Amino acid sequence: MRRLLLLAALLLAGPALALDPAEQLRDPGQEERARAIGRELRCLVCQNQSIEDSDADLARDLRRIVREQVVAGRGDAEVMDFLYARYGDFVLLRPRLSAATVLLWATPVLALGAGLLLVLAMRRRAGVAAGPQPLSPEEQARLARLERAP
Amino acid sequence: MNPVWRKRALLGLPLLAAGGAGLGFLAMLRGLSTGNYNPHGVPSALLGKAPPEFTLPALAGSPQPAFGSAELRGLGRPVLVNFFASWCVPCIIEHPQLMALQRAGVPVFGVAYKDKAADALAFLARRGNPFQALAADEPGRVAIDWGVYGVPESYLLDRQGIIRWRWAGPITEDTMSAELQPLLRRYSA
Amino acid sequence: MIPEIGQFALGLALVLALALAGFGLLGAQRAEARLMALAPPLALGMLLAVLASFLCLVASFVENDTTVSTVVANSHSLKPLLYKISGTWGNHEGSMLLWVLILALCAGAVAGFGRNLPSALQARVLAVLGLVALGFLAFILATSNPFRRVWPPAPDGLGLNPVLQDPGLAFHPPLLYLGYVGFAVTFAFAVAALLEGRVDAAWGRWVRPWALAAWSFLTLGIGLGSWWAYYELGWGGYWFWDPVENASLLPWLAGCALLHSAIVVEKREALKTWTVFLALLAFALSLLGTFLVRSGVLNSVHAFASDPGRGVFILALLMFYVGGGFALFAWRAQAMTPMGVFAAVSREGALVLNNLLLCSVAAVVLVGTLYPLFADLVLGQKISVGAPFFNTATLPLAAPLIGAMALGPLLAWKRARVFPALQKLWWVALGALLAFLLCLLLAGARIGPALGFAAATWLIWGATADIAERIALFSRPRTAWARAKGLPRAAWGGALGHAGLGVTILGLAGMGLAEDKLALLKPGESAVLGGYEYRLESIADAQGANFSARRAVVQVLRNGQPVVRMEPEKRSFPLARMTTSEAAIHSTPLRDLYVVLGDEREGAVVLRIHNNPLAPWIWLGAGIMALGGGLSLSDRRTRVAAPAPKAQGVRA
Repeated sequence: MRRLLLLAALLLAGPALALDPAEQLRDPGQEERARAIGRELRCLVCQNQSIEDSDADLARDLRRIVREQVVAGRGDAEVMDFLYARYGDFVLLRPRLSAATVLLWATPVLALGAGLLLVLAMRRRAGVAAGPQPLSPEEQARLARLERAP
Repeated sequence: MNPVWRKRALLGLPLLAAGGAGLGFLAMLRGLSTGNYNPHGVPSALLGKAPPEFTLPALAGSPQPAFGSAELRGLGRPVLVNFFASWCVPCIIEHPQLMALQRAGVPVFGVAYKDKAADALAFLARRGNPFQALAADEPGRVAIDWGVYGVPESYLLDRQGIIRWRWAGPITEDTMSAELQPLLRRYSA
Repeated sequence: MIPEIGQFALGLALVLALALAGFGLLGAQRAEARLMALAPPLALGMLLAVLASFLCLVASFVENDTTVSTVVANSHSLKPLLYKISGTWGNHEGSMLLWVLILALCAGAVAGFGRNLPSALQARVLAVLGLVALGFLAFILATSNPFRRVWPPAPDGLGLNPVLQDPGLAFHPPLLYLGYVGFAVTFAFAVAALLEGRVDAAWGRWVRPWALAAWSFLTLGIGLGSWWAYYELGWGGYWFWDPVENASLLPWLAGCALLHSAIVVEKREALKTWTVFLALLAFALSLLGTFLVRSGVLNSVHAFASDPGRGVFILALLMFYVGGGFALFAWRAQAMTPMGVFAAVSREGALVLNNLLLCSVAAVVLVGTLYPLFADLVLGQKISVGAPFFNTATLPLAAPLIGAMALGPLLAWKRARVFPALQKLWWVALGALLAFLLCLLLAGARIGPALGFAAATWLIWGATADIAERIALFSRPRTAWARAKGLPRAAWGGALGHAGLGVTILGLAGMGLAEDKLALLKPGESAVLGGYEYRLESIADAQGANFSARRAVVQVLRNGQPVVRMEPEKRSFPLARMTTSEAAIHSTPLRDLYVVLGDEREGAVVLRIHNNPLAPWIWLGAGIMALGGGLSLSDRRTRVAAPAPKAQGVRA
């Protein structure tokens, strides 16, 4: 707990809103690519924000690294691999498919599939419950009477 | 199985899921108080690997030699690499423990992270200098190669120069006795 | 003195809640009219006691009583009155008290307006609400007492977090809690129904208004929170898929499914088991959110200061209510037999599809939010699940949902045919296609925003087509007006709700085209973005009530003509030792101009300028959705059978 407080104090000590116009790339296409990469990368000190959405010092450093590599002609995957090698799974906001994340990525299909099964089962049961019923003895008697009548 | 119970089994699934989640949360809460579970910690991607290749300049005006990855190889004993800064408040809390390590003969390599040389030297002049070698990383790029996300941060290298432990945040007395000392004993052997 | 009265009232409320839970359940079980008749007055008594306690806390904040630790930790004598009052619930202890107050208000509403409920059902619903209140009152008194005294008194309070000192945030928590706690009532109805073993159309009619009210408030609360993030955090972002945001989205999704499936119960007596499950689930997810925010297991910006001791208590409560509800469900729900059978292509079928997709989206959000926690716990792996995952994983589920939203209302109950309904929508589909192509043409091959515009057009025009069809605008235009007046408000509300989502998507699509720029300007210099010229006029000091600020004056011009003067600020709060950035925002129907003040260096300042097309419509859409909910709520048919549609009066 104390360490947390210290960490918070440390983060707050940094200058607020350190913006640097030199940060943005002149080529709009490259800047757009760099942003797309940045939105996939977590700002490690600021909890659930991407490096593109954060004022933290570290986020700014990482933004700069991404832009340098984009300018140097590296591909998106290469840039991400560079940071992945340093910060591991935690830095990727879109987890890579692995044994540990297969359940996560399968959730949409599993949820939809389980729901569909439930709906089908419900329909079958409801169909059986509401299907044609055999006539009761009174009804049979009445039917017989009606049939006998001319 | 009796159809009523089959139905109950299906209808009991939400209860099962809620119960499982509840047990998980309980384990997390227990882990929070014992320190086994920490939602804020980031593990190092470098554990079990050699440090990245780097060279850094010496801190201007410091008598200590600079160091790079070459100097960390083949030392034959465990060393601690510490990233610090004079503007970092938790570093002050950590400092006495680094001094104690130096007195115990553990080589501590310091990297002044995003710090002005004069400020870093003043910091060490006032509080003592625990470092055997001292490098300056003013742009903070080498720190990123190490996976540093804030200062202070410390890495323990074994005798072969492989990273075995990373501590983000200040090394307190508790950290010393609970984590660092046992590791030092293990990797010295 | 006042804090002691507050504490006493809190204790009294606990006793009344205990009596309410005990007598209500016992009376209904034994069918003793005298015991059951005690429930409404006990609920009203509990409401008065909690209200008194809450007012005592507000009074302590207003007079800045520095012998009360909550006041010391969260307030300050220099704070403006509004924030002294809102500071009451801007902290853990006070917000829990507000939570219980709203719960007591709901119970009071069920007691006051629910006289036409069968007395056993009313007694059980009130008893369950009393039981929920009991747990949370015990939690407050045991671990989070807001009236704890400190002695000697502190010289002054430590101030409120300046980021929270904001009108939007003053009303964000109460609205969210109205939503969360509203689902406590649907939960209570579900538990009461399970105890009675009976769910019928009347039950559906009683539950729906509560689901509607809770959902509408939650919509407003989430919208307000998102708007706050947009203008306060100074980054132009409005939704981060943060765990705490997800925690409010989850009950919203479940509640949305609930209020649709309750229609099927009401009209067709089908989907009963499922609806009961959703009513339990919506509250379970609300409680899960409370637990996640307050226990410290999360890695989030919004989380309250954490305390594992409190976490264990809340977890115990969570497991008691949710576990109890689901256990009862597992045991008793099998007795509920479906009555109606329906075709896949029918209004009911469409509503089932809605539930299927909404619940799948909810499952993705739930799993995505909890996955990092459980991956860490079970596998020891730290992973992040962020916006890119949620966008990728929910979009394929949201797209068919949006597709079906325009179609569903045009299908007939019991048995319908798709093609006649599609025929009525051909011009809507054409409009959506046109919007798609137009956006591609104008914005230059950006598929995402173009799809967004298409979806928005589909929803808004689809809702219009629904209304046009109902009043036979095209087939018999002469009498259309009369029919429009005669159309039930629920129909208008439904269409409005669907159109509201379309409006929100319109805003989201517009934000997909947003652009921004960093500029280093000296006074007199200007930067250009999106056809607007931003000229820095001056930068100077300014003074606020408890902060000092640097304020830039930026003149915005278009084609040389002045448009607006914008004044972004950077505030520093000496007490909290924090600086915040106040973005200047100029909203127009077509776009937000958004300017943030950054660092100063050598006489020049850094400005971050955003051009956010259609941004205001995101939150306007949320308002329209909530309005649709309110309109449905005011429908005569809802009002006649409902326990308390007026319960939305708790807003006051």
